[in-house]
Amino acid sequence: MALKGLDIFKLSPKTNCKDCGCPTCMAFCMKVAQGALPIEKCPHFSADAIATLSEATAPPMKTIKVGDFQLGGETVMFRHDKTFVSRTLYANAVCDCMDEAELDRRLAGLGKVDYERIGERMYVEFVRVNHSESASEDAFLALVKKTVDVLNGRGIILTVKDLALAAKALELVKGLPVILNAADESNYADASKLATEAGVVLGVGAADLNALYDTVAAIEALGNKNLILDVGSADLKSAFANAVRIRRASLKENNRTFGYPSLVDAAKLAPGDSHMQAALLALFTTRYGSVVVIDEMDYAKALPLYGLRQNLFTDPQKPMKVAPGIYPLNGADENAICATTVDFALTYFVVTGEMERSGVPVNLLISDAGGYSVLTAWAAGKLSASSIAKFITENDIESKIKNRTLLLPGKVAVLKGELEAKLPGWDIVVAPNEAVQLVKFLRELTNK
Amino acid sequence: MPFSDKPQVFGASINALSFGPAGKEVTIGGSNVYPLYSFDAPLANPVKVGIQVSDKGFDATVPGLAKFYEGCTTVVEQAVRAASAPGVDFVALSLNSADPNEDNASVEDCAATALAVAQAIDKPLAIMGCKNIEKDSELFVKVADVLRGQNALFLSCREEDYKTVGASVVLAGGQSLGGESAVDINLAKQLNVLLSQLGVPTTKIVMNLGSAAAGYGFEYLASTIDRVKDAALKQNDAMLQMPVVTPVGDDAWSVKEALLEEADMPEWGAREERGIQMEITTAAACIASGSDAVILHHPESVKTISEFVSALM
Repeated sequence: MALKGLDIFKLSPKTNCKDCGCPTCMAFCMKVAQGALPIEKCPHFSADAIATLSEATAPPMKTIKVGDFQLGGETVMFRHDKTFVSRTLYANAVCDCMDEAELDRRLAGLGKVDYERIGERMYVEFVRVNHSESASEDAFLALVKKTVDVLNGRGIILTVKDLALAAKALELVKGLPVILNAADESNYADASKLATEAGVVLGVGAADLNALYDTVAAIEALGNKNLILDVGSADLKSAFANAVRIRRASLKENNRTFGYPSLVDAAKLAPGDSHMQAALLALFTTRYGSVVVIDEMDYAKALPLYGLRQNLFTDPQKPMKVAPGIYPLNGADENAICATTVDFALTYFVVTGEMERSGVPVNLLISDAGGYSVLTAWAAGKLSASSIAKFITENDIESKIKNRTLLLPGKVAVLKGELEAKLPGWDIVVAPNEAVQLVKFLRELTNK
Repeated sequence: MPFSDKPQVFGASINALSFGPAGKEVTIGGSNVYPLYSFDAPLANPVKVGIQVSDKGFDATVPGLAKFYEGCTTVVEQAVRAASAPGVDFVALSLNSADPNEDNASVEDCAATALAVAQAIDKPLAIMGCKNIEKDSELFVKVADVLRGQNALFLSCREEDYKTVGASVVLAGGQSLGGESAVDINLAKQLNVLLSQLGVPTTKIVMNLGSAAAGYGFEYLASTIDRVKDAALKQNDAMLQMPVVTPVGDDAWSVKEALLEEADMPEWGAREERGIQMEITTAAACIASGSDAVILHHPESVKTISEFVSALM
C-alpha cells in the first residue's frame, strides 16, 4: 500500500534541518512518498520509524538475484500499464533417472543455442538437475558434478527434497548461481536453514496454494526472504492458475507473502512432449513465469521464443533499435545495390525478411533514426536527406561500396530530389511503400 | 491462515458468436473473466482452432504437409482432409487465387470452390480473401451469396470496404464477419462502430486485430489484445466485446525462421520443425493474451494447440 506523504511526515523528526537536501521535512516526506528519494537520505529518522516505513514502502514483489540473473521486481500485471522488468529465463532439464548416454547428449547440447538478437544474448540461462526417488545419491551427486563442468556461467537449479543430499550437492556448487528447489510444507524449516547458510535462493513448493501460502509465511517468519515459488507440476491448469494468482495477489492485492518470482517446470508438466513444451514456454513467458524449465532448448524453439520474450519485455515507451551500419544481405559485395531504412527494429526485421526472400544481394544501410519507423522518423526530423547523406559520408560508404544505386523507402519519396543534390553521382531509386512489395520490386529492378 | 484472493469476475462479458451450419456450429467468446482465467469463473467456450486451406493448394515444400495431403488432388479433397485432422474446430479457406496480381481467378470460380468446400466438409467454414481490398469486396459479395444458409465467418472487411462487405455478407447473406484493422485498439473500435452504424448486429462481428509472428513486433499485438479485453470486460465497452480471431499461420510461415532452408542455416535444423514451433509459440502467446480463435496451417500445430486449450479449460 503506497504511503501518503503526510503519513511519513508524522514519523519524521519535523526539525527542518535540511540535512537531506530538502528545504523542509514536509518536502522530503512528499518526495519519499513519490519514490523519488529513499527514506535513508534523512539521518534523523528513528530506527523504529524506518522499519515501519520501509516495510510499507517496499515494492510489492521482491527482486531476487541468482548470481547476476535477476528475477521478479515486477510492478504491473500487463506490459501496457508500464513495463515488465525481469525477462523470463529458461532452463534445460537433466535428471538422475536418465541414462548416461542421454545425460551426456543433453549436457553436450547445452551451448547449442547461443546467438545475438538486437543486442541481447540468447541462450539457456539455467540447468535444472532433478533427483528422482528411484536414483541413488551417488548418481545425483555425480550428475551435479558433471553439470557444473559444463555450466559455463549458467545458473543451476537443484530440485531435491532430501536435505542431507541437498547439503552434499550444495558443496559442489559453491560460488555458482544456485536455486535450491527443496522446500515444501514438511521440511521448510531445515530447508530454509540450509539455503540461508549456503547463501542460495530457496525454491518453495506445496500441494496447493493454501499450503504454499502458509509455508512461505512460515519461512519468512524464520527470516528468509530469498525465495522463488514453484507453481507445481501436477497439471497445467493448476500450474497456470497458481502462476497468475501468485502474481495477482502480490501486485493487485499487495499480499507481500506472495511477492516472489515463480518457477515453472514445463518438463514435468508436459513430459517428453516437445511441442507442448513450446506452447507452455510461450504461455508462461506471456503470463507470469520467472524461470521456465523444459527438456531441451533447440533452435526451432529458441528462434520464436526469444523473439517473443524480447518483444514482450521491451519498455513500451522505448522502441527497440538495431545498431546503425551496413548490413550486407544475400551475400552482397561491393557491387551490390544499396538500400536505406531506419533503425526501428520492427522495420529492420520486416525489410530484411523481404529482401532475403527476394534473393537479390543488397547492402542495407541503416542510419540512426532514433528508433522510429520511417514516417515517424521523417516527421520528427530524424530521417532526412541530410541524415542519409551524413551517414554515407561518415561511414565512408563510397570507398567501401562501388555500386551507386540507392533505394529510398517509398514513404519518403519526397526526399529524392534533395538527396540527389546532396549525393552527386548516386542514382536514387524510390522503392515501394510497403515491405511486402519489395520481393517483386527488387527482382524486376535487377533483371532490367 | 488460508490464502484468499478476490476472483476477477466482471459484470460484462465477451459476446458469444456461433458460426457454421445448423447442428455443426462452433461458438467462440462468451466469457466474463480474463482469458484462460478459469479459476475465477468457468470459461464459457474453449478457444477454437481453425486449419487454413488455400485454394492454390498447400505448400508442397513442407514434407509434413505433402504427406498429410497425400492423394488429395483438389481443393475440396484437401479441405476434407484438413477438417479431419485431430483438434480441428473449423476450416478456413483462403481464396488466394483471386489475387489480381497473381492468378486473378474470377469471383464465380472462387465462389464455386467455396460452395463445394462448404458442402463437402462436416465442420464450420471461415472464408479468407486474397488480401487485395478491391477484389476481396467483389469476392465476398459473391461468396456470401452462394454460401447462404451456411453461416460462414468472413475474414475480413476493412475500413475501406466495410460498407459493401458488411451489407452483402451479413445483412444480405446472413453470415458472420470479421473486421480487420491494423494492430491498434482505436482503429479496431472505430471499425466496429462503423459496422454497427451500418446495421450489422454486434453479435455477428468478430475482430481480426491483425497478426504478427513472435519476434516481429508481437508486443503490439499482445498489448492490443490485452487492452481490448481490459476495455471489454472492465469498462463494459460494447464496441470492443467482439471475440478476437487471429490468423496466425500466414505470418508464422512467412518469416525467415520458417522460410530459410536447412542448407542455408544448418545449425537451425529442419525447416518444417521451425515453422511448426513458430506457429505454436505465436498461437499460444495469442491465446494467453486473449484470442478466442486462432487459424493455423500445419496439422501438428493444430493438434498441439488444441490439446493446450483443452488442458487449460
